[in-house]
This record gives sequence, structure tokens and C-alpha cells, in this order.
Amino acid sequence: MTSLSRTSELPRVSTALLDAAPATDSRFPLVDEDTGRHRFRVHRSTMTSPEVFRAELDRVFSHSWLYVGHESEVSRPGDYVRRPVGGRPVFMVRGAKSGRINVFHNTCTHRGAVVCRQPAGNAKAFSCFYHAWTFDSEGRLMGIPDRDAYGGELDLAALSLRPVARVESYRGFVFASFDPEIQDLVSYLAGAVEYLDLVIDSADGEMEIIKGTNEYCIEANWKLLAENSIDGYHAVSTHDTYFKYLLALGTDLAGGVDGTSYDLGNGHAVLEYRAPWGRPIAKWEPLFGEDSREEIARMRADLVSRHGEARGSRMADTNRNLLIYPNLVVNDIMAVTVRTFMPLAPNRMDVTAWELAPRDELAQLRQRRLDSFLTFLGPAGFATPDDLEALESCQQGFSSGGVEWNDISRGMARTPAANDEAQMRAFWRRWSQQMGTAGYGGGAGASR
Amino acid sequence: MTTTTGAPAAPAVQPAPIIRLSQPDVVLGLDALGRSQVEDFLCLEAELLDAWDLDTWLTLFAPEASYVVPCNDSPDGDPARDLVLVDDNALRLRLRVERLNSRRAHREYPHSRTNHQFSNVVVGVREGDELPVVASFTVWRFRNGKASYYVGKYHYRFVAIDGRLRIRSKRVVLDMTTLRPAGDLAIIL
Repeated sequence: MTSLSRTSELPRVSTALLDAAPATDSRFPLVDEDTGRHRFRVHRSTMTSPEVFRAELDRVFSHSWLYVGHESEVSRPGDYVRRPVGGRPVFMVRGAKSGRINVFHNTCTHRGAVVCRQPAGNAKAFSCFYHAWTFDSEGRLMGIPDRDAYGGELDLAALSLRPVARVESYRGFVFASFDPEIQDLVSYLAGAVEYLDLVIDSADGEMEIIKGTNEYCIEANWKLLAENSIDGYHAVSTHDTYFKYLLALGTDLAGGVDGTSYDLGNGHAVLEYRAPWGRPIAKWEPLFGEDSREEIARMRADLVSRHGEARGSRMADTNRNLLIYPNLVVNDIMAVTVRTFMPLAPNRMDVTAWELAPRDELAQLRQRRLDSFLTFLGPAGFATPDDLEALESCQQGFSSGGVEWNDISRGMARTPAANDEAQMRAFWRRWSQQMGTAGYGGGAGASR
Repeated sequence: MTTTTGAPAAPAVQPAPIIRLSQPDVVLGLDALGRSQVEDFLCLEAELLDAWDLDTWLTLFAPEASYVVPCNDSPDGDPARDLVLVDDNALRLRLRVERLNSRRAHREYPHSRTNHQFSNVVVGVREGDELPVVASFTVWRFRNGKASYYVGKYHYRFVAIDGRLRIRSKRVVLDMTTLRPAGDLAIIL
């Protein structure tokens, strides 16, 4: 793998595109904020430009902490999962000797073949099938066929699997960064730590990723999903059929959605609100059935006794849509989703989502949690397909031209409500800062 | 329409009426049901889905209906324990149909054009009051200039109710390793 270029350098772009692009001095800021006039605009080329996309891969995805997976997915020594992180194939494995979680570039140090070829499993060794170089779960090169052919000088240690530059985990959430100089994970997470804690502490015991992964695709720019994941404004109009579904099941929709949003620093943001739906931890509603009413009341009382009335009732009653910059969403709503997404092109992203739940949850509550996840959050549910339609519709709308800017100024003139756009502005400010002022080889001035 | 001699037909001739496939009568009993009768039923189901006549499609199910689609990475997924893509009982199936009939199911308004195809039909041996049937399928979905596909196996459990074949459960196992080639699963497979 070549060394990563720094944020101040030009991204590597194809010369054909560079030649075709106008002079870089035609650039102007892609994110335009005028607090005096309560105006916040994002130039639509941020969603359509191949040059911006290429610059993002370098300036954003090579210099952020990116979610890899959850520790519960590799609970035993030798357990591994293969993942694309920041668009690169890596794998996470729990070292058999150290018990530590390692994240390796998934490439043989000999001539490049992928060494972890199963999506998940348990292995004592990872053997490259091409020439049978074999590595252990700590990445050490254990065997080379016909080693004599190399003479006595072969440095096996130098040919270990290459770990991703930085790997850290926060309470079960494993992140990696390709930037060796990046700040430590907890500092990076900033105010998001409090919200991850709320999710994790709400379980009386360990949490786990449930078996079954949602791996889908949206033909839209990845930043549209960052916005959508924390967008309270679209719920009523886009998800009408979901609310009708809840109504049919006996949910009381009175009260609606009510709350606020917070800028958590470093581009992270959260929406915190009350909503009509029930929460397996710990807000009962008729859909859960009378037989679980007592159990949920007990869980709620337990939360209050463990965490005090304020924090306990917040955990039980309120919902949180949390965006961890740039591409991790942990929504603690009628179920908990851990969702990451990665652009493949300016107009296409892969989305991968898992469901997080307390390991020792009561079977009937687990069933309600599973139901809630797949009907609202799943790509075959009653809501998520309509989000896909909305995002793809925006992307199609951008190509119509005529309008250059998206307006993200809702709520600038008041204390931000849950259906305002302050949380999106937090994301865009950090994005703008990270993208910097160096040219993109065309940038926003390019007509398309 | 042309005659065997190749002469053009009279212009006033009405187009041939579409023949609605009738459901196989199960007077034979589940044991005696042959593959061709099961295939007739699957043809009818495919026709109803492709015609977006979902209200009629619902009537093909037994009252204890179950329609399940596991996640692509967990074909053995158990809806009671694991995350799946679809886990509909009779009520949720009806609500899914209501949603898809609505103009506010934005992903499917306007509706995709679909083509539900099946083959490799294997009629199993009756187990109690159930007849297991497995078939391969390809569902094509066309919308907004985009083509996508779903490939996998149908696992049916049929029962006989009032002399009619009915679906007690339909489990749809996808062969695609991820849902990405299709985007989402807003349609019914």
C-alpha cells in the first residue's frame, strides 16, 4: 500500500479529468454559511463531482476514525470478520495469544493476494492460497514453503501482516484509522461518547450484534445518508405509511415527535427526542403485549435506580439518532442500529447495518426488537425503502441542474428543534474544514 | 392476429380475452397433488404479483400465513432470534400489502414492473397436513430506467383449505451474497 498523502496535498486524480477541468482559481467555498442572515447552503457539486469524491477518499476517509465492527462479533480467540473499511478490504481478528483485537490490511505481504477469504469464522492461521504463506491471528508470518530459497537473511517479522495504522475501541465499538497521526479515539469522539454510553449503559450486561446483516446499496451521494440518518424533518412526510402501520398496530401517535439536536463536536451530531413508538429499553406500548408490561416497567425502574431519575428516564423514554462523523450512525430508537456507509462513486454508496441488543434479553422483548428493526430500519421494511427513494430522488434532481445550492438553514433563527437542520450543519462544517481550501482539480466551479 | 395462410385478419376482431389461470382443485388431496398442479398455482401467484393484484394474492395464504426472507448473509436465519429482512405474519402481510397499494409507499409509487419466474420445482412428501415445495426463482424488477434482480429459492409449505391449495408459509432464501445488486427489497418476492 502506498503511503497516504496528507490533507494539504492534492488528491491523485486522473489527468484526463484534470485537463478537462477549468482552472482551480474558479473555486468558491462549497459550504456557505451566513449566520447574520440565517443562511446555510451546500453546493450541489459536493454530491456530484468526481473530483470532490476523490478528494473525500483522501481528506475525509483516510483521516478519520472509521467503524470496523463490534467486539461481540469476534468474542473468542481466532474469531474474525472481513470488512471493507474506508473502501479497503481489511479484516478484524481476535489474536489467539494476546486476546487483543487486530485489524489487518487484507493482503499477503508476498505478492498481494487476499489472505482472509471468508466473510467470518474462526481460524488458527490465515494461509494465502496463492503461494501458501501462512500468518497467525496476531499477523506473524509463520511459514513459507521452501524457505531455503531465500537464504538466511529473510526477515519474517518485517513480512508480518500489516495492521491498519491505528486501531482503538470504545466500549465494544472497534474503529480504525489509516492516519497514524490521528488523535486518540475518545478525543475524536468528543461529545458522542456520552451518547454511546447511554446506549451501552441501558443494557444490564453486555451488548451483542445480532446475527444477520443488512447489506444494501443506494444510488446517491453518501452525505445524503449522513443527513437523512439524523433528519427529523422528513419523518412525517416521507414515512407516512410507517406511521399508518404503527397506528394499525395500536400505537398512540398523539404527541408526535418532539425534541432537540446537538452539535457534539468534530462533525458528530445527535437528535434527541420523544416519539410515539415503544422502546424495548424501556418504554412499553400496546404492541409489546400485556405480558411484557411488567418486565419493561421493571427494566425502567432498574435504569432509574442504577443511573438516577434524570439519566435513567432519559435512557428509557427518549430516542437518539447519533451520527459519528463521517459515516457511522448509531440510532437508539425502537431498536438500535449500527449503520455504516461508504461511497463507491459520487452517486453510489454501499450501506451495511447491524442490530445491537442486550445479550441476555428476554425472548419476547427480543422478538419485538427484531420486529421493530426490520419494519422501520430494514431495507425490506415499511420505511427505509422510502428513504432510499428520497435520497436517489435528490441525486436525480441534482442532475437536472438549474439549482446550484441545497438549503440547510432550517432552525438557524431559533433554538434547534428535532425537526430542524442544526445537526446537519455540524456535519457539513466539519466536512468543509476537513476538505480544506486546496483545489480539487476543478471543484465547484466546474460546470456539469 | 394472422391466419395460417398469412392473410391479415379482419380489423374488427377483438383481442383474445386474457385467460385467468384457475386454481387447482385439491379434490385429489395433498398426497395425490402432482407437480403440474403445484406449478399452476405458482404461475397464478406470479401472475398476481406481476399484476400488482396484491389483495387477491393475499387470499392465496392460509390464515396462519408466514412470509419470511432471511438476510443474505444468514440464509438459515431464524426470525425468532436473528435479524431477517422480512418476517410477516398474516397481519403484517396485510399491512405490507396496504402500504404497497398506497401512493405514499414512495419507493413503489409508481410501481416497479416485475417478472416473477420460477423453475426446478420439487414437490416434497406430505408432512402431516403440510406439503413442502421448493422451487428456484428469479424476480426481475424494472423501475425508473433501472433493472435489478433477485435470485434464490422459494420454500413453501402448502395446506389444503376447503379443497383449495393455500400457502401456510413462504420462506424466500436469496442466493445473492448481499442485497446490493438490487438496492433494497421494497417489492414482494
